[in-house]
Amino acid sequence: MSISQSLLPLGWQHYLLGGLCIGAGAALLFVMTGRIGGMSTVFSSTWSYLLRRPFFQQRRFVDSRGWRLVYAAGLILGALVWWLGFAGGKPEATSVPVWQLLVGGFFVGYGARLGNGCTSGHGICGLGSLQLPSLLAVLTFMATAFLTANLIARVLS
Amino acid sequence: MNTGRVLATLAAGMLFGFGLSYATMIRPEVVLSFLRFQDFGLMLVMGGAVVVVLLAYKLAPRLLTRPLLDDHFHEHPSVWNRDTAVGAALFGVGWGLCGVCPGPAIAGLGAGNWSLLWALAGIALGALVQGLRAK
Repeated sequence: MSISQSLLPLGWQHYLLGGLCIGAGAALLFVMTGRIGGMSTVFSSTWSYLLRRPFFQQRRFVDSRGWRLVYAAGLILGALVWWLGFAGGKPEATSVPVWQLLVGGFFVGYGARLGNGCTSGHGICGLGSLQLPSLLAVLTFMATAFLTANLIARVLS
Repeated sequence: MNTGRVLATLAAGMLFGFGLSYATMIRPEVVLSFLRFQDFGLMLVMGGAVVVVLLAYKLAPRLLTRPLLDDHFHEHPSVWNRDTAVGAALFGVGWGLCGVCPGPAIAGLGAGNWSLLWALAGIALGALVQGLRAK
C-alpha cells in the first residue's frame, strides 16, 4: 500500500476541491460585502431575535444577525445542490449515536462561542488572515479533539 | 440589507455549503476518522480553504478601495486569552465526541441528514447557555 493510500484511503481530489470551494465561498463574501464569514456566531446572533438580555442585544450580534441567517440558508441550499445534483439524492445518514451528537453539539456550541470561533472562524478565516491567536486556538481544539475521539473509540469498542 | 448584498451572501453561503458536502465534511464519520488518524483528508479541506481565503483577504483590499457591494472591508482580530483557550479546548472535546462542527451541522440539513438536527440543537443550546452565563 502506498503512502497516499494509507493516509488518504478514500482519495484526495474531493477533499481538495471541496476545500477550495469552501474558501471560494468565504472569499466571495469578503470581496462582495467585506465581511468575515465564520459560522459559529449565527448561533449567538439568532438568539437576539428572542432574548432581551444585554448579552444577546450587543450590536455585533444585532447588526449581523440578518446576513448571518442568509449565509446559513445558503449553506443549506449549497448542500441541497450537491445532494440532488452530485450525490443522487440518497439521504445522508450517520451512525454516530444521538447522545454523542447532542452532548458533543452542546460542547461545540458552548466552546465555539466562549472561544469566539470554530473550525471556520479560527480555522479558515483566522488562519487565512494570519492571526497567531487563531493558530493557537486551532492547535488547542485539534489536541482536545484528537484526545476525545480516540478515547471514545477505545471506551466504546 | 439591499437585494444585491442578500444575493451575494446567499451565493457565498451556497459555495461554502456545496464545498462542505462535496468534501464529505457533513459526514461525522469522515471527520471522526480524521481525528482518529485514519484519513487525513480534512487537512486538504482546511488547507485548500485557507489558501483561497488568504489570497482574497490579502489581495482584495489592495486591488479594490472597497468591497463591490458595501463600503468597507471588515477585520476580525482574534485575541488569545483565558476564554479563547478554554472555549477552544471545550469545542475540541465536543467536536471529538460528535464529529460535527457548526458549518456541517447547518449544511447537513440540505443533504437530508436529519440526525444532524440533534447536533444542531446541541450547538444552539450550548451557545444559549454560554450567552446566559456571560457577563
